[in-house]
Formats: sequence, structure tokens, C-alpha cells
Amino acid sequence: MAKSDLREVVTAPIATNNPIALQILGVCSALAVTTKMETAFVMTIAVMVVTAFSSLFISLIRNVIPNSVRIIVQMAIIASLVIVVDQVLKAVAFQLSKELSVFVGLIITNCIVMGRAEAYAMKNKPLPSFLDGIGNGLGYGAILLAVATVREIFGSGTWFGIEILPLIQNGGWYQSNGLLLLPPSAFFIIGLLIWGLRTWKPEQVEPKG
Amino acid sequence: MASKETPMKTISVVAALCLVCSIVVSGAAVGLRDAQNANKALDKQTNLLSVAGKLEANANVGETYAKFVEAKFVDLKTGDYVEENAATFDQLKNVKDLTKSTDLAGKDVAGIKRRSNVADVYLVKDAQGNVESYVLPVYGRGLWSTMYAFVAIDKDGKTVKSIQYYDQGETPGLGGEILNPLWTAKWEGKKLFNANGDVAIRVVKTGGQENTPSGIDGLSGATLTGQGVENTFQFWIGENGFGPFLKKLQNGGLNNG
Repeated sequence: MAKSDLREVVTAPIATNNPIALQILGVCSALAVTTKMETAFVMTIAVMVVTAFSSLFISLIRNVIPNSVRIIVQMAIIASLVIVVDQVLKAVAFQLSKELSVFVGLIITNCIVMGRAEAYAMKNKPLPSFLDGIGNGLGYGAILLAVATVREIFGSGTWFGIEILPLIQNGGWYQSNGLLLLPPSAFFIIGLLIWGLRTWKPEQVEPKG
Repeated sequence: MASKETPMKTISVVAALCLVCSIVVSGAAVGLRDAQNANKALDKQTNLLSVAGKLEANANVGETYAKFVEAKFVDLKTGDYVEENAATFDQLKNVKDLTKSTDLAGKDVAGIKRRSNVADVYLVKDAQGNVESYVLPVYGRGLWSTMYAFVAIDKDGKTVKSIQYYDQGETPGLGGEILNPLWTAKWEGKKLFNANGDVAIRVVKTGGQENTPSGIDGLSGATLTGQGVENTFQFWIGENGFGPFLKKLQNGGLNNG
């Protein structure tokens, strides 16, 4: 595979083939971890690591995986990686792992990981599969960080914990928008993002009828 | 691929994969256990120091902790100190052991079902080694989650010095505001008991009551979380919780710790 193709594998999932905005995968966790930038950022890294390495390992053994149990084999690999990531977070970033709580464990059920394993890694060589995992992790992260930016700034008046809009309860002037702190608000933001993305790239709009 | 698949081959591939995965997972769990336990202990010590008002910005948490804090154990029924192994003691583990905990049917104000017979308390000392306050661990149901907190109580056994929630899953921005220092600051100096010796702490709506000796201004939009906080205090400060221990503190029976 040529170099430009490999670059394409990494960059395509960010805008043109975004896992959340176009493939509509992994929305559940995008609702849960986007109240704050910090958690969204760590979640992005965690998902990227898991997707990249699970795609790499699955691609390495794709020719020996028995077809009849391939989903279970993929799950076993993904689950092991998620547990390792969870353990590492508990050891090096305890505070954050407490805030992310179950959501790190729930990366197992994140459809992006499974989706990329089944759709890409089973058919491609290890290197492109690894890069595809990185790319999809980045695409997932781009949406997560965009949603978290809106939610944290207008919901809590901060960004990465830095005060942007001083809240009334802390003696400032900004009345925070409580809706943005609740998971459903991410639906609206993701919806608006998809709208924006499809206006910019009309080829993503599904054909009518 | 499908043509060369035999049951034997499928089983051996899966078995080999499981072996590799389990080695990786257990390796990570065992290899990182020390760091994780150190983190947990550090986290607890940081929270304790913070509620005790001893947390210093650039000081070593472990050293500050050893200097100012002493862990002791209290038999909740009698209020007396008992011996326990400080390294392994865990109230939440005791709750799962029927011989070490008590069923709370009918008196379960805080929504915790069982409570440990023995609880940990932390004596906070000043630089001369005199006890200046006691930190009690409390927990109870909020709206979504069980909320865990440390409460620092003055050495008179009646007055709240500060509270700090260290583990909770309430709605961020609403119930989650129990973490807000501006709210926890309202607890300082509040009286735990009324003149009759009953638990008096109330989390109330704004409207005058919050200025009473035991009233705390509730969080708007978080009525049920506030209710949970109040219930937690009702239980843990009451006779089934630390009540007997606090009585002894008030009578001066335990002060030389």
C-alpha cells in the first residue's frame, strides 16, 4: 500500500467517514463522558489505544481465526485490551479513572471497536489495520471533544477546568445551562454537528427514497 | 477460510487465544496492583487531610498524614475504641460479612441496608499532638448513587468543622454540586444536635431556616440529593451510627484517645 493511502486511512475517519457522525457508532459513550473536557480527552485516548491495538492483533491472526467463532475471538481480544487499559488508568491516573468509572469498561461494548475489527481488520494487513484504528479513534475523539467543549463551557462555565464564564453560584454573571450537563443534551449537539458536517460535505447525505 | 475449518482447529485456536489473553490480563492486574493500592491509599489520605484542613499545597501527603492523623476504630454500639488491623480494615468489606455487620431493617434511614459493627475514625492532631477534631466516614443513598463522605467534627463532639464528599455519582452541576467548596463551606460551625440531644442537621430550602444552628441551605435543583445528605447524617450521627461515640466525646470520656 502506498504512503498516501496509509495517510488516507488515518485521516478519512476524522471528517469524511467519521465513526460517530457518519457511521453513527459509539454514540452511547459520547453521551456519557462529554460533560467535561478532561474525561472526554482521556476517553478518546483510551478508545484510540483499544481500537488501534485490537485491530492490529485481530489483523495479525486474521488468517487463523475460525470463521464460525470470529466475533467471540474479537471480543476476547478487545475485552482483554480494555481491562489492561482500565488497570493502567487506575495505576497512573487514579482521579480520572474514578470519574470515568464504568465507561472505560464499557469501551468493550463500543460499537466502533467491534465495527472496525469486523469491517476492516479481518480483511487487511496489520499496519493499515492499526492505522485505521488510530484514525477511527481520532474521529471519535474529534466529535467527543467538540461536544465536550460546548457542554463544559455552557454547562459549567469552564474548559478543561479553567474558568471561562464565571457562574452565578461562584459570584459571576453566567447562569449555567443545566440541560447541557445531562446526557440527552449530547444528542442535540451531535445532531447539529452531523447537520454541519453534511452541509460541508453533501456527499454524506443518504439518497432519498 | 471456511473450507479448512475443523472442530479441532477451532478449539485449539480459541484455547490458545484465551491462554494468551488471560496471561496479558493477569500480568497487567498483578504488575500494577502496588501502584493502584498506593493510589487508593493516597487518595484516601488526601481526602482526609483536605477535610481536616491540613492539606498543604507542596507537602508530601503521606508525611503530612503521618504527622497529623491517627486512625482508630470504634465499636459503634458502645462507642468505645477497639483494636483492628489498620492495614486491612474496610467497612464495606465488613458489610458483606454477616458476623461483622448488623442488619438495619426498620432503621435504615440512609438506605445502606447493613452497617459494619466497627467503624474507622480519624483523630486529627495539631502540631503539639493534641486532638483538635475527629473525622468520621459516612455514606448514604442520594438520588442516583451511594455518596461517600468524610465529616470533620470538632473535639467537643457536637459541631461540624467541614465535610467532603469523595465518591458520588449524582448529576454533575445539580446534585454533584455537593462537591462545591462554596456549598461545603456552609457546614462549618453547624450543630449536630438540638437541645434534647436529637440529630438536628437539616438540608433546607432557602427561606430563613438555613441560618438556624443546624440548617444547611439546600442545593437548588438537587432536592433529592440534599435529602440523601440529610438522611446520611440522620443515620450516622444518630444512635445506630456514631451516636454513642459522639456522646462519649461530649462527656469527655475518650478525649485522651
